[in-house]
Amino acid sequence: MDAENIININGNKISFEKDETILEVAKRNSIDIPVLCHLKGATTTGSCQVCVVEIDGSSDLVTSCSTKAEKGMNIKTESPKVVESRYNTIQKFLSSGNHNCAISRSDGSDWTSFQMNVQKDDQSKELCPVWGDCELQDLAYRYQVTANPLKHVPSELPMETANPFIVRDFSRCILCGKCVRACREIQVNDAIEFDNPESPTKIIASSDDKVLKDSDCVFCGECIQVCPVGALVEKDVRYKIRPRDTEKVRTTCSYCGVGCQMHLHVKDDKIVKVTGVEGAPPNYGSLCVKGRFGYNFIDSPERLTTPLIKENGEFREATWEEAFTHVADNFNRIKKDHGSDSIGVLTSARVSNEENYLANKFTRAVLKTNNIDHCARL
Amino acid sequence: MAGLAAAFGSGAMTNTIGDLEEADVILATGTNTTENHPVLSSFLKRAVKFNDAKIIVIDPRQIKLTDYADKWLRQNLGTDVAWINGLMHVIIKEDLHDKTFVENRTKGFEEVKKIVEKFTPEYVEEITGIPAQDLIDAARMYANAKAGCIVYCMGITQHVTGTDNVKSLANLAMLCGNMGIPGGGVNPLRGQNNVQGACDMGGLPNVYTGYQPVTNDDIRKKFEAKWGVSDLSPDVGLTVTAMVPMAHEGKVKAIYVIGENPLVSDPDLNHAKACFSHLDFLVVQDIFMTETAKIADVVLPSSCFAEKDGTFSNTERRVQRIRKAVNPPGKAKDDWKIICEISTKMGYSMAYESPEAIFREIADVTPSYAGLDYNRIDDIGLHWPCPTPDHPGTPILHTEQFPCGKGNFHDIDYIPPAEKTDEEYPMYLTTGRVIYHYHTGTMTRKSEGLNERSPESFVEISQNDASKYNVEDGSNVKVASRRGEITAKLKVSKIAVDGTVFIPFHFAEAAANTLTNAALDPVSKIPEYKVCAVTLSPAA
Ligand code: SF4
Ligand code: SF4
Repeated sequence: MDAENIININGNKISFEKDETILEVAKRNSIDIPVLCHLKGATTTGSCQVCVVEIDGSSDLVTSCSTKAEKGMNIKTESPKVVESRYNTIQKFLSSGNHNCAISRSDGSDWTSFQMNVQKDDQSKELCPVWGDCELQDLAYRYQVTANPLKHVPSELPMETANPFIVRDFSRCILCGKCVRACREIQVNDAIEFDNPESPTKIIASSDDKVLKDSDCVFCGECIQVCPVGALVEKDVRYKIRPRDTEKVRTTCSYCGVGCQMHLHVKDDKIVKVTGVEGAPPNYGSLCVKGRFGYNFIDSPERLTTPLIKENGEFREATWEEAFTHVADNFNRIKKDHGSDSIGVLTSARVSNEENYLANKFTRAVLKTNNIDHCARL
Repeated sequence: MAGLAAAFGSGAMTNTIGDLEEADVILATGTNTTENHPVLSSFLKRAVKFNDAKIIVIDPRQIKLTDYADKWLRQNLGTDVAWINGLMHVIIKEDLHDKTFVENRTKGFEEVKKIVEKFTPEYVEEITGIPAQDLIDAARMYANAKAGCIVYCMGITQHVTGTDNVKSLANLAMLCGNMGIPGGGVNPLRGQNNVQGACDMGGLPNVYTGYQPVTNDDIRKKFEAKWGVSDLSPDVGLTVTAMVPMAHEGKVKAIYVIGENPLVSDPDLNHAKACFSHLDFLVVQDIFMTETAKIADVVLPSSCFAEKDGTFSNTERRVQRIRKAVNPPGKAKDDWKIICEISTKMGYSMAYESPEAIFREIADVTPSYAGLDYNRIDDIGLHWPCPTPDHPGTPILHTEQFPCGKGNFHDIDYIPPAEKTDEEYPMYLTTGRVIYHYHTGTMTRKSEGLNERSPESFVEISQNDASKYNVEDGSNVKVASRRGEITAKLKVSKIAVDGTVFIPFHFAEAAANTLTNAALDPVSKIPEYKVCAVTLSPAA
C-alpha cells in the first residue's frame, strides 16, 4: 500500500487509488453515504446535493460523488452540518409535487387537503405507487424529515399515460437527471433530456417535448429502473403491485441470444414485473422492451394446458398417460415399418440445454437416427 | 455456423459482449442490432460515443446503427463475398495486413491472395454498388485498427452463399491479425435465446454435444457406453431444410417438433405446409397452439422458461441458469419430463431427479462443458470451453491457437444471388425483425403492449419506389413472388433502399416466408431468406 494515499473518513484511515472519488472510496469500504442522482457508468453531475460531506479546513460542504480523494483529507459523512444540509435538501424535494407517502405534517387539515388533491391527480385512494420502494422516502425516514407545507410547490404538469408501458408522473420527479443519463449514456437511445440544462423544470422527450410514444423512445425501461422516486413507473405495476408482496427470482431472458440476467417479480404464482440484474454481466441491469415488458405470454389464457390427440380431424383432450402411449406406439410402429431414418426431431432454441441434450439423446439412442436439427439455421 | 467452424475449428462468437467496448473499429454487417439485440447494441453505441471507437456499417438498409457509423457502405443484396474480397484486395495491395499473424497462425493465404487479386475497388463497385473510394477508406480503417472486431447476424448467413460469406469474414479477420485479442474477433450474434445451447447440446444432425462428430468411431463408442446402447447411427442425419421436403416424398414419416413453429419460420411456406401434411405422424410440443401444432396428430403442452430450472448458453458462450418462478398452467409439463416419459414408454428408461442431474451427465460426456456445474455458474455463468472444474472458462477464443491448429484461409469467389429480378418480378425482397416482436411472434404477440407498438405486418419501401409503383403510404399492397403472395400495409420509410422491399417475418397472417426462396446454402443448409424477387401492386 502506498502510505501516501490515505484519507480519514469518520476517524477511519483508508487508502485510496488515483482518481477515486470520496463516494467511491466510502462505498468500497462499506461506509454509507446517501445519494440520489449518482448513476454508475454515467457522467457525475452532483445535482441532488444529498451526498455532501464535510472536509476539515474547508468551509463549504462538498459533493462526495464529484470530489476526488486527496491525501490527508479528513472527512466527516454525518456531521451536524452535513445532516442539516441533507435535511434541507430532502425537505425541498418532499415539499414539491405529490410526495404523499406517510410523512406526517404539523398541520392536520393541510395534510388532508393535500392528500385529497394528490388522490385526484393519481386517480387512486392509495398512497404513492412506489410507497416502500423509494429512495427519497428511505432518506426522509433516515433523517426524520417531514415536508414543509408552507414551502409546498404544487406540480402543474399533468401525468403522461399515453403509451402501453410507462407512466410519467412529473409531480413526483425530483429532476435528478438519472433517467436522462440512463437513456443517453447507458442505453444510448437519446430519447429524453432536460428542457433547460441550466435550470431544468421538466424532463422532455425529443427537444420539442413530445409524448414518449412519438419520440425516439424504444421503451427499454432503463429510465424506470434508475428512477429513485415514483416519477417513472411501469403501467401494469402502478397501484397493483407493492414490492413487499412480491418475491424475486433471478433468471435469464428467453428472447434473444444476449441472455440478459433478469429478476422475475412474482406475486400469487404470477409474474407481475421484470427488472434487470444490476452489476452482473452480460447486461449490467439493462433490458430491452421485450425482456422487460414481454412477459404477458406466460399466463396467457391461450396457453396449452392439456395434451390433445387428433381424432377424425378434431382435437380431443387426453390424459398424459394416453398421450405418452399414443406417441410411443406410433414412433415404435413407424420405426419398425419404415426404419429409424424415417423419423425426425426438431428441437429448439427456446428450450433449455438440459432439454436439448435429452432431445439429442432420445433421437440418437432411442429412435436410432441422427435426424435431429433445430430452426436456428432459419 | 459451418463457415466459422471451417476457418477456426469452432463456430461461435470468438469474443464477449462486454469486449465489444474494447474495440477500436467495429465492422457490423447484416445485423440490425438495435432492433434484434437491443442491449448488445448499447455496447456498440457506447463504444462510439464514449470510447472513440469507429463503426463501419455495411448494410443496404439505413438501419439505426448507421447514425453512429463513421462509414456506411450500402451493398446490393447478396453481394457480400464481393465487398469482403474487395477489402482484402485493398489491404494486401497497400501492405496493411498482419504478416506475422498470417505466417505463424494460418494457412492458405497464397490462394486467397490470388483470388482477391481481381477484386479491385472498381470491379467491386460494379457488383456491389459500393463506391470504390468508400471501400478503400473502409479497408484502411479496419486494417489500421489496433483491435478490429467483426459482428454479423442473419443478414450474412441467410443466403445461398451464407457459408461463403462467413468464411470470407473469417479471412478478413485473420488477414489483419484480429483474432484472439480483446476487442477483436469474428462475432456471430445469435437471434434466439438458446440457439447456442441447442447447437452445443447436439441439436444438429452431424454432431453430439460439444460438436463431437457422429461419424467418428471413437466418439460413437463413447456415447454407446455412456448411454448403454449399441449401434448408434454412423451416418449424418437430415437437416431441417432437407427433412421437410423428404416428408413430401414420403421418406420421412414422422416428425417430433419441440418448441418450434416451422410453419411460419420456414422458407417457401406453401410448400412446407404441403410437406408437413404428408406426414404419417406429427407430434408438436409447445406452449401455444401454433400454426404447426394445428396440423399435428398429438399436441403436448409444455412449460415455458419461467416455469422450470435449467441453463441457457448465450451468444457469447456464457452458460447461465434459468430458475423456476411460477408453476406451469394446467397439466403442462417441463419438456425434459415429457421426453423422459416418451422414451421410457418406448422401452428406453430415462429418469432424472432434476435438470441439475441432466447437467451433470452433459458435463460428463462433453469436454467443453466438463468443468461446469450449477454451483460454478450460479452467479454470473461461465464461458465454454471450460474443460476442468478449476478452469476459469474462456471469454476469448483462439488466443494461442485455433482448435484446428492453424486457421484456414478459404479462397472464395463471388456467386450472384440465386434469384434475379426480371420484368415480372422487378424488386428484391428481404426479411427481418422489428424490436417489439420475436421470431414467429408466438410469445410477443400475446402481449398487448408490444402489439400496440407494432400491431401488424408491413411492407417497407422507399419514397422513390412508392412513386414508381404508384402505391401510397398506409394503403394495402400485394406483394407476390414466384411462390406465393401476401397482402399487408405499406410503410414508406427512409430506412428502405430503392428497389428493395423489406417485410418482417413475425406475422403468421401475412407470413413473409410465403414469398421467400427455399434455395439452400450447400453447406449450412440455410435458405435464402434475404434475397428473392418480387412484384408490388395496390391490393384490390
Ligand atoms: S424507456 Fe428507454 S428509450 Fe425510453 S426514455 Fe426510458 S431509457 Fe429512454
Ligand atoms: S432483454 Fe432484450 S436484449 Fe436482453 S436478452 Fe432479452 S431480448 Fe435480448
